[in-house]
Amino acid sequence: MEKLKYALYTGCTARESTPELLKSTLAVADKLGIELILLDEASCCGASHLQDYDDFLSLVLNARNICYAEKLGLTMVTICNTCQLNTAMTKHRLDTNPELKAKVNAKLAEVGLEYKGTSEVTHFLYALIQDYGLEKLAAKVQVPLSQFNIAPFYGCHNIRPSELQNLSNGGENPYMPTSLDDLIIACGGVNVNYEEKNKCCGFHAELQSPRTAAILTGNAIAGAMDANADWMVTPCPLCHLKLDVQNHGASKALGRDVHLPVLHMPQMVGLALGCTPAELGLNHHVTKVDFV
Amino acid sequence: MESIKSQQVTFKVFRFNEETDYLPYYNTYVLDVTHEEVVLDILNRIKWDHDGSLSYRRSCRHGICGVCSIKVNGKGILACKSRLFDLVEVFGNEIIIEPLSTKRAIKDLIIDKKDFWDKHAQVKPYLVSDIEEHPAQEHLVSPHDAEKLLEADYCIQCGACHYSCPALAINEEFIGPAAFAAAYRFSADVRDDAALQRLHVVNEETQGVWDCVKCMECAEVCPKDVNPIEKITKLHNMVFEAGIAKNNVATRHAVGFAHSINKHGLLDEGELVRYSEGNIGVMKHIPEAIAMFAKGKIVMPWNMPKSKNLDEVKKLIKSSSTVKF
Ligand code: SF4
Ligand code: SF4
Ligand code: SF4
Ligand code: SF4
Ligand code: FES
Repeated sequence: MEKLKYALYTGCTARESTPELLKSTLAVADKLGIELILLDEASCCGASHLQDYDDFLSLVLNARNICYAEKLGLTMVTICNTCQLNTAMTKHRLDTNPELKAKVNAKLAEVGLEYKGTSEVTHFLYALIQDYGLEKLAAKVQVPLSQFNIAPFYGCHNIRPSELQNLSNGGENPYMPTSLDDLIIACGGVNVNYEEKNKCCGFHAELQSPRTAAILTGNAIAGAMDANADWMVTPCPLCHLKLDVQNHGASKALGRDVHLPVLHMPQMVGLALGCTPAELGLNHHVTKVDFV
Repeated sequence: MESIKSQQVTFKVFRFNEETDYLPYYNTYVLDVTHEEVVLDILNRIKWDHDGSLSYRRSCRHGICGVCSIKVNGKGILACKSRLFDLVEVFGNEIIIEPLSTKRAIKDLIIDKKDFWDKHAQVKPYLVSDIEEHPAQEHLVSPHDAEKLLEADYCIQCGACHYSCPALAINEEFIGPAAFAAAYRFSADVRDDAALQRLHVVNEETQGVWDCVKCMECAEVCPKDVNPIEKITKLHNMVFEAGIAKNNVATRHAVGFAHSINKHGLLDEGELVRYSEGNIGVMKHIPEAIAMFAKGKIVMPWNMPKSKNLDEVKKLIKSSSTVKF
C-alpha cells in the first residue's frame, strides 16, 4: 500500500487547551507510518458560532482553510468533530451552489486563493478505519486493552446530520454508530454500550445555558459509569473538555458524583500501539488517568 | 411479480393508561412482517388481531397529517412512512415501540402535545398582515421570494424534532426546533409584518435560539427534511441584522469569534470566555481555569499561537464581514 498522506487541520483546541490531542495524533500517525502535513495557515472554523453572527464570513474563512489542503493536493483530516462539521458543511454548500462559490471565490481572490472543491474532508477517526483499515491496525497492537471496559462517546458533529456525513465523513447511522466501538475492539478493548453514547454533551451552550450543558455532560458520564465503564473515549476535543474538565459542575447539577478518565481517540490507539503515557500527553488530563 | 419477503420480528410495545396505571409496562408480540409493511401496518395488526385496546394516532397514512409520529428504538419516525425492513436493518429484529415522549403519554402511544402547540402559539405561526377585505387581486409572491422560505414550509407538526431535542428535555422554557422553524417560515415571508415581534421572542434568553446546543438531532429526525437547526441559524442571523441582539453572554460568545480570529487567526479560548462573560462573570470559571492551568491546558497571552499568513485572514475579515454588532 502507498503511504497514506493527509493535510491535518488541527483546529484551535488541539493547539491550546487539549495539547495532548495534537501530540497523540502525531504519535499515532508516526507509529502507523501515516504522513500528516500541518495546515499552519488555517484559521479557526468558528465552532458553529461565528456563522450565527456572520454566515458569509464563516464560509469565506472555512473555504480559505480548505484551499490550503487543495494546494497540497491532499485530503484534509480533522481531529475535532465541530471542525469537521463546519468544514464539511462549507464544502458541501460551495460544491452545490455555483453562485455562492463564485461569491466566496471573489473574496478569496483578494488574497490570491481559489476554492476548487478538489479536497475531501474527513475526520481522522474515519481515515484510520476506512483508509488504514481496522485489521491492519489490530495487527499492530502491542498492548491489547483487554482488561478495560471502554465507553465510546461519539459526539454529535461527527455523526449528524447523516445527510452531510454520508457525503464526506464516516456516514454511519447516527442512531446506531459503530466506528468507535469497532476501533475499541480493534485495540483489544471491551466496548461498553450505553444510551448516551450518541447524545450531545452540551458544549456549545456552556456559557449561555450552563445548567443544560452540565446536565447533558453529567448524563453522559453517569451513563458510562452505570454501564460499568473504566474510562471513556471520544474523537472530539470539545466533548473532551466537557467530560474531562467540567465533571464537578456536572456532578452538582446531577446531585451525584460523576467522573471517569476520558481519553482522546488517538490516545487510546496510541496506548494499544505501545506509545508511552508521556508521548500521549496523559499528564494533561484534569480527571486523572489512573490506570496506566 | 416481485415475490414477498418476510421475517420474524419481536415487538415490545409501550403500554400505559393514565387513568388506571401507576407505571407503564411493555407488551411483547412476535410477528412475521413482510418487506412491504410499515410500522403503522404492524400497529393495526396488533390492534385488530391481538389487543383491541392498543391506542395510537393515525389518519392520512400518507405522511401528511403528522399525527402518527412515535419512537422506534429511540428514533422518531412517522409510523405510516417507515418500513420495518429498514428499521430491522439498523436496529436488529427486536423493535421497541414507544410514544414520542414517555413522560407525556396519556394512553399507550398517544401523548399530550399541549406543550408543542403552546410553543407554536408563542411565535405567531401565521401571516400577520393588514389585508383589504375585498382585494382586487390575489397577493402574488415571486418564485424568488418563495425560495426564501427554504424547506420551512414543509413542516407537518409531527413533533418528532420537538421530542428529540435535548435542550428542550432539560429546559422546558426553550421554544424548540419546530416552533423556531415556524418562526422562521413566517418571518421570511414577504407578505408578513410581524418578523420583528417574532425575533424579539426568539431572542429572549432561556427560551430563545441561544439555548440550542447544536446537536443536530432535529435535522436528523425530521421526516420532511425541514432542517430546523438551519432555520435556527437564520434566526440568529436575522436577530443581528435587525439590530436587536442584546449585549449578553450569548451574543458576545458568537461575536467574540470574529474578534479572536482577527487577532490570531485561531481562537483565543481564554479571551473568548472573558469577553463573553465580562470581567465579573468570568470569575465563576476561575476554579476550572486553575485546574486547567495546572495541567498545561491554558496558553498564556504571550504564547498564543497565530495562523501563518494572518494578514490574509485580517484582509478577508475586513472585506467579507456582512454584519456589525
Ligand atoms: S471547532 Fe473549536 S477547535 Fe475546531 S477550529 Fe473551531 S474553535 Fe477551533
Ligand atoms: S457532543 Fe458536544 S462537543 Fe461533541 S460534538 Fe456534540 S455538541 Fe460538540
Ligand atoms: S440542534 Fe438545537 S434545536 Fe435542534 S434538537 Fe439540538 S438543541 Fe434542539
Ligand atoms: S420540523 Fe420536521 S420533525 Fe419537526 S415537527 Fe416539523 S415535520 Fe416534524
Ligand atoms: S398517518 Fe398521517 S402522517 Fe402518518
